[in-house]
Amino acid sequence: MATDPLEKTPGSTPGSAPPGAPAGAAPAADSPSPSAPAATATADAVPGQRSDTPMIRFEQVEKRYGDHVVLDKLDFEVRRGEHVTLIGPSGSGKTTILRLLMTLERLSGGVIWVGGEPLSHARTPGGGLKPATEKQLRASRRKIGMVFQQFNLFPNMNVLRNITEAPISVLGLERDEAEARARELLELVGLGDRVDAHPTQLSGGQQQRVAIARALAMRPDVLLLDEVTSALDPELVAGVLDLLRQIAHDTDITMLCVTHEMSFARDVSDQVLMFDAGRIVEQGTPEKIFTAPEHRRTREFLNAVL
Amino acid sequence: MNTFFTAFLDNLPQVLSGLGVTAESTVLGALVAGVLAFVLGLMAGHRNIVVRGVSRTVVEFFRGTSLYVQLFWLYFALPLLTGYQLSALFCGVVAFGLNFGAYGSEVVRGGISAVPRAQWEAAVALNLSPYQRMRRVILPQALAQMIPSFTNLLIQLLKATPLLWLISAADLMTVIQQLRDRTGESLVAYLTLLVFYFVLAYVLTLLMNLLERAAKARLGEHTGTRGLLRSRSAAAAESVPVVPGGAS
Ligand SMILES: Nc1ncnc2c1ncn2[C@@H]1O[C@H](COP(=O)(O)OP(=O)(O)O)[C@@H](O)[C@H]1O
Ligand SMILES: [Mg+2]
Repeated sequence: MATDPLEKTPGSTPGSAPPGAPAGAAPAADSPSPSAPAATATADAVPGQRSDTPMIRFEQVEKRYGDHVVLDKLDFEVRRGEHVTLIGPSGSGKTTILRLLMTLERLSGGVIWVGGEPLSHARTPGGGLKPATEKQLRASRRKIGMVFQQFNLFPNMNVLRNITEAPISVLGLERDEAEARARELLELVGLGDRVDAHPTQLSGGQQQRVAIARALAMRPDVLLLDEVTSALDPELVAGVLDLLRQIAHDTDITMLCVTHEMSFARDVSDQVLMFDAGRIVEQGTPEKIFTAPEHRRTREFLNAVL
Repeated sequence: MNTFFTAFLDNLPQVLSGLGVTAESTVLGALVAGVLAFVLGLMAGHRNIVVRGVSRTVVEFFRGTSLYVQLFWLYFALPLLTGYQLSALFCGVVAFGLNFGAYGSEVVRGGISAVPRAQWEAAVALNLSPYQRMRRVILPQALAQMIPSFTNLLIQLLKATPLLWLISAADLMTVIQQLRDRTGESLVAYLTLLVFYFVLAYVLTLLMNLLERAAKARLGEHTGTRGLLRSRSAAAAESVPVVPGGAS
């Protein structure tokens, strides 16, 4: 049994299984669910899962609702293990980017590459790309986890079950193993004593910690965080941000984070992307964006939120 | 008055057996209707348009043709085609099942679509399969919302069972009718029927309210005991379609 609850999915770094990982734990988490046998095959066949392949690459990504262009031919890259913060005014398309990555929205154009593989496309024999089927989407989603602004815990399950449901039914973990891991994760997020609680018995901050633990239980390569503290009472924000700082510090998980908490963004980010009207207007290190923003819209935005 | 009650007591075994037939056709009809409601309701939300179309057609057919006619068809017309006479109770159960199953499918569909989109998205984000999303996340939540409407349909079904009289199943209605014919005491006979159906309906309501309370408690919504005695919830009143025909 793995003792480090944040240990990465062994399969995500081929050829470098974490040293000391007990033999029993690795295959269990690595083996795909019976319904998605294609997952390993695709992942193994990837020529580009070298460390220099970007974890995420947006290539001319477009999203339109009717005539309304939400994302306009967007290009950017996120390296493996990088922590990227998306900032920008409301309506600039930040949530849409995360939702596209989680396959909750369909692309209007372009391709998103995750770990060198097209996220919502499948390769055709001729070398082209076609929209992925649900089964192929499920293989893509294995790499990605998301935490929502409104937590979205399942009210028909207690805290433990919220965390173990997907590892058991999707990853095929044994119940004992899934529960042991869930308890470790709850310990990590500071809720070791609320295992049997019902989500409605928890504060917003506690619910969000459970949601973070739930996402981590699937051992994603990429964690998407969409304004995860925006729905919280002010006094609960710091605790959740501290937890995220810790995760950012202790793991090699790739994080894409939409937030209005600028000091948090400054602490954890390797890269900050400033959005406006569906385009990146400025990008760079937090030092550059927060202390010497070049673009007028960035300065206006930072003045408004700081 | 006395002659009716004398006859009533003399024929108590028949009355009880009539009560049994009414209860049996209600419960069995409700079971068939329940299964059909979920099958048709889930089909109505399927991404394949053919599956949706089949569901839509079946629902419209059984909603759009009168329960009387369906009952008569099964009991009187079908034997002429097949040469095989189905029992009255069986015909009743099938007709009630089909008819109320059609209505119930709308309740299922409505209950599923009332579960917030965010719950589907959370299930997708955890990579649950379409089946797992429905079975593990959506249906358990939708169920609690469906129960008030199901309660109403169940009561409607109970109140439709006197139709069995028309195909001479020995249900409560039929037995009491016979006593009325024998004694000529229409007033008391029909008052007795009113009381019987009212009590039966109320018992069913109480049971369903208990079920609803348990389902809500599982979702972390705790309701007081007062709600248990109400005969009709506000939620059900607005969402249940009115069953046509003079059955009720
Ligand atoms: N389902 C939708 N239908 C139509 N427009 C949408 C939909 N979802 C988002 N939008 C639009 O897309 C734009 C970007 O939204 P969003 O990505 O949520 O921005 P942000 O997260 O930066 O505030 C907004 O103008 C919003 O109105
Ligand atoms: Mg947003």
